[in-house]
Amino acid sequence: MNPKVKHGISRTFFYIALLLFLIFIIIPIYWCIVTSFKHSAEITSSVVTYWPKQFTVENYINAWLQSGFEIYFRNSLFISVIGVVFIVVISVLSGYALARFKFKGKNVYMLILLCTQFIPGAMLLTPMFLIFKNLGLLNNLFGIVLVDVTFHVPFNAIMMRGFISGIDYTIEEAAQIDGCSRLQAVCKVLLPILKPGIATVAAYSFISCWNEFLFTFMFISKQNLLTLPVGLKNMVGEYTINYGQLAAGAIIAVIPTLILFSFVQKNLVGGLSAGAVKG
Amino acid sequence: MRKAGTGVSMSRAAARRRAIPYVLIIPSLIFIFAFLAYPLGTIFYYSTQNYIMSKPDARAFVGLQNFVKMFSDKIFLRSLGTSAKWVLAEVISQLFLGMTLALLLDTKFKGRGLYRCIVFFPWAVSGVLTSMLWSLIYNQNIGLLNSILMDLGIITKKVAWLGNSKTVFTATVIAEIWRGIPFFAITFLAALQSIPSDLHEACVVDGGNLMQEIFYIKIPMLKDTIILTTLLRTVWEFNNVDLILTLTGGGPSYRTTTLTMYMTNTTITNGDFGYGSTLAVAAFIILLLFAIIYLKLSGFGKEQES
Repeated sequence: MNPKVKHGISRTFFYIALLLFLIFIIIPIYWCIVTSFKHSAEITSSVVTYWPKQFTVENYINAWLQSGFEIYFRNSLFISVIGVVFIVVISVLSGYALARFKFKGKNVYMLILLCTQFIPGAMLLTPMFLIFKNLGLLNNLFGIVLVDVTFHVPFNAIMMRGFISGIDYTIEEAAQIDGCSRLQAVCKVLLPILKPGIATVAAYSFISCWNEFLFTFMFISKQNLLTLPVGLKNMVGEYTINYGQLAAGAIIAVIPTLILFSFVQKNLVGGLSAGAVKG
Repeated sequence: MRKAGTGVSMSRAAARRRAIPYVLIIPSLIFIFAFLAYPLGTIFYYSTQNYIMSKPDARAFVGLQNFVKMFSDKIFLRSLGTSAKWVLAEVISQLFLGMTLALLLDTKFKGRGLYRCIVFFPWAVSGVLTSMLWSLIYNQNIGLLNSILMDLGIITKKVAWLGNSKTVFTATVIAEIWRGIPFFAITFLAALQSIPSDLHEACVVDGGNLMQEIFYIKIPMLKDTIILTTLLRTVWEFNNVDLILTLTGGGPSYRTTTLTMYMTNTTITNGDFGYGSTLAVAAFIILLLFAIIYLKLSGFGKEQES
């Protein structure tokens, strides 16, 4: 498209296309929100209403207190926060090594990081189950943290490499000439400049941990240790599905990602393309 | 004496400096080897076992028997076709729609920032949540889709979109497209914005129109990005399991059972670790071929010399 759309006809097509994308993206979210605010009688009545006749928050209250979403939320938060701390620290270490050093085996290391992106979690279900069983990590939230860290460090390390490479090394050098050790130069000079990169990696890895499903589904069977995705999935498996609570639970689960996403989406565009495409 | 001492400490310092990058990458390597590489290696071993979770006493070495079983397993053979169909449908539609969206977003218009934030959001939504959102649309009784189609007079009887073997595949594909468009749009938009603006000016000077600019300048400039994102997405969609598992569970009558889905059901639902691992080995070999193509095309390792 030209920076300015000139002709009337192409402008009309342009806005129609924009509108179609918007409708397609928004409808599922809209419908979930609308359903979550309806009384259960209105949801199951034979006439489907496009807007709640009577607003109610009972689905949210029941999902939170009765269906266990308070516990799921707490478990998801616990796993994600600890996972993010590990992922960010390890990614900064690896990213720094990749961005600032030339060393033997660097290409092999990069190759290993890239290859991990091809391995599906589903492939590792059996061996991981048996390893975790031996380590006593089944039905253990730390076990899920280990899985999250393993699966998300490689991509975030590559992304971090991109952010660190984007910062001029001469700034660190100048600090070292001024009498700082290398470590001090990193902590006092590099890390403050790297903050947006760290925030992006933290948000990205938080969303990844928050969304983890498959291993929790297989490894956690205790109700009080479940996370939001598995809690939602189990609700569908019940004999009668309470759609209002399901919709409310989905909205509860999506809110933290929505906040983080709107916060970092600008950085993400550059970071992701640098990490994912250029490798 | 003194000189020699300095020399030793110098070379020691140099050795220490050389060791720094290795120390820095060790934590990541520990995780990768303990919980990715090692378990990956053991699937080859488990694939030669008769190993069912509920019958640990019956565990035995069976050689290649699982592989023989696999090649005569109709569900497996069908799952290969379903995987191919799934990957093609997803990648082609996501590529086309993502490219269109990126081209639209490369144009200035009022409210572009907010618009971008909304249309990119599904990227952050998990497979499980996506299937929750779409199951509320597809639901036979309370779903939005049946209601709209009936109000418009297009259908007269409510359709069970996910229970009907004719519609379930397309319905699942659409739900995943919803989540997949932003990935392409985000990467293409970043690439489009790095195209120098004098190319656009040159095109205008030469009398080129909009379509010519898109097809002769923009898309050729995006060639590398297109190849890499497409291959990356091919692998991800091949591996996709969260969404299919929660939306359809692979059914009805195996219509949405991709190879990865079949592997997951065999391992989790049936607890058949031996045969599940055999299927994992099959998936591994297929993915290895993808990976080789990917690394070849990306010209990996040319930029970073050690």
